[in-house]
Amino acid sequence: MAMLSFERKYRVRGGTLVGGDLFDFWFGPFYVGFFGVTTIFFTFLGTALILWDAALGPTWNVWLISVDPPPLEYGLSFAPLREGGIWQLVTICAIGAFVSWALRQVEIARKLGIGLHVPIAFSFAIFAYVSLVVIRPVLLGAWGHGFPYGIWSHLDWVSNVGYQYLHFHYNPAHMLAVTFFFTTTLALSLHGSLVLSAVNPAKKGDTVKTPEHEDTFFRDLIGYSVGTLGIHRLGLFLALNAGFWSAICIIISGPFWSRGWPEWWTWWLNLPVWS
Amino acid sequence: MSTLTYSIPPFVKVSGTLFVLFLGVVTVLAIPRNTEDVQNGPSGTGMAQIFNEAELRAQLAAVDIPPEPWPRSEDYEGLPTAGEVYENVQVLGHLPAEHFDRLMAAITEWVSPEEGCAYCHNLESDNPFAGDDLYTKIVSRRMIQMTMTINSAWDEHVAPSGVTCYTCHAGQAVPANIWFENPLVERPTRMIGDLAQQNQPAVAAAYASLPMDPFTPFLVEDNEIRVYSATALPSGNRTSIKQAEWTYSLMMHMSDSLGVNCTYCHNTQAFESWEQSPPARVTAWHGIRMVRELNNAYLIPLGPEYPAHRLGPLGDAPKANCATCHQGVYQPLWGADVLADYPSLSGPAPGPYGEAETAQATSQ
Repeated sequence: MAMLSFERKYRVRGGTLVGGDLFDFWFGPFYVGFFGVTTIFFTFLGTALILWDAALGPTWNVWLISVDPPPLEYGLSFAPLREGGIWQLVTICAIGAFVSWALRQVEIARKLGIGLHVPIAFSFAIFAYVSLVVIRPVLLGAWGHGFPYGIWSHLDWVSNVGYQYLHFHYNPAHMLAVTFFFTTTLALSLHGSLVLSAVNPAKKGDTVKTPEHEDTFFRDLIGYSVGTLGIHRLGLFLALNAGFWSAICIIISGPFWSRGWPEWWTWWLNLPVWS
Repeated sequence: MSTLTYSIPPFVKVSGTLFVLFLGVVTVLAIPRNTEDVQNGPSGTGMAQIFNEAELRAQLAAVDIPPEPWPRSEDYEGLPTAGEVYENVQVLGHLPAEHFDRLMAAITEWVSPEEGCAYCHNLESDNPFAGDDLYTKIVSRRMIQMTMTINSAWDEHVAPSGVTCYTCHAGQAVPANIWFENPLVERPTRMIGDLAQQNQPAVAAAYASLPMDPFTPFLVEDNEIRVYSATALPSGNRTSIKQAEWTYSLMMHMSDSLGVNCTYCHNTQAFESWEQSPPARVTAWHGIRMVRELNNAYLIPLGPEYPAHRLGPLGDAPKANCATCHQGVYQPLWGADVLADYPSLSGPAPGPYGEAETAQATSQ
């Protein structure tokens, strides 16, 4: 596998989190590392378990295959494999694979001497997943509150769990999360189009424009430019908040509020100012 | 392979500690809000009722059904009936007089424990118990007939527990959950056009900004509740989003009244599919039609009998919705078999008392 000229410089030993030199090498372009091995292990085991569950299930239709969590009656105990036990094992494998992936990112970042922004950002996504299948089920007292692993079935779950609280759009954290998701796409599209506009001058053959042009565009447009570095800070802030509030909005649904979400807003109606 | 070494960056230690603290705080905050959850669909569908344990305990403790006044005598053969002993007994004349007395005593406990007999009987008149001079007695008579109709004609909705006066009244002369026509419905619309009763928290719709009066169109009038399309592609369903919001408002009322969520009756991936719906949806379907009949056949026609202070702001009679009986619980009074001690309320044709009076009761 071809290697870029600078790669030799960082392809050095060390910087691992665990195990010292164990698996501290590259496979083609990929850094392996201890956590690369655990990622592969959990990924293959988890996928095999999903295939096994599919084999036990009623269909091989890829849209309809579903690895279902155990019935609520099993609470927080282990369930028989055919009644959600496989779901529990797949969940362990998924968390193992996701966390291994994040720790592999940490090791690569340490080798390069860069910050840990990427693994920290990814850990927000892991947090959102763990919220759904561990934190909220534990707080509610049953693994059965986790979502099923199926392309259609997990969407049905989302629908029903939303309707457990009558009208989920009134969930304040859901409002924040949705707003951050939309704002993330807005920021990314503005950033992407601005950069492309600067490197693609209107007149063919012109040299590409500078960040000064980019800043000036937004100063002319809205009086302020967040700047070349700032847009990335803003983008990361928006994106991480989207994932974070998604996790919060489902953690509070049930453990902290068991009625319809519209009714939560009665604190506003009951403010002493007008009530 | 030498010894296993590891190193954890300080920042990861800090954020890891913070995360564990966060989980601890969340757990501690969540413990007093313990829930009692009931699955009512296949595993993994998310069909479950999430009850707050403290709320459940409060609701259970609030159930305080009065004991029967005295044990019902089974030995009534040959005894005189209420119609023979008393004057002007139009609906319950077929009962043995002793059963009649017992039911009257029970009704007093159910409806007017403070006011006593005088709530319906003018004790100052010459003929206090036979006279019809108080409106409350006229209304009570009709309500007894309504109770009989509910228990006999709507057993798909109320069996096996049945209902008595206490189901709605709960020791109060006026049931806590009745509804009137909403004067805000006629708000001037000005520039923003027809608000369709929206843009403000609707108590009837559990505080959602949905049409504030779902009762008139569905529980008095017979408008179509179903708005879905049965086909994937457009095929002539002209139902509007506004109509869907009216339906949503009614469904919010039903959920709120029963203290359950949408998945008690629906798998929300296909609201309309009976195959995927829990059986409670059938009970609810009958309930909607039952309330509609009760409002039209019993409650609205009583309007002229009431004094003004019993009428709504628009002068309409008090009416029933799901909350009137359910009062926040999916089975009124947690399914207590309230009718067992009072078979005289089970219908206008209570077998043991003979058929002759049935026609009379039905014709009232």
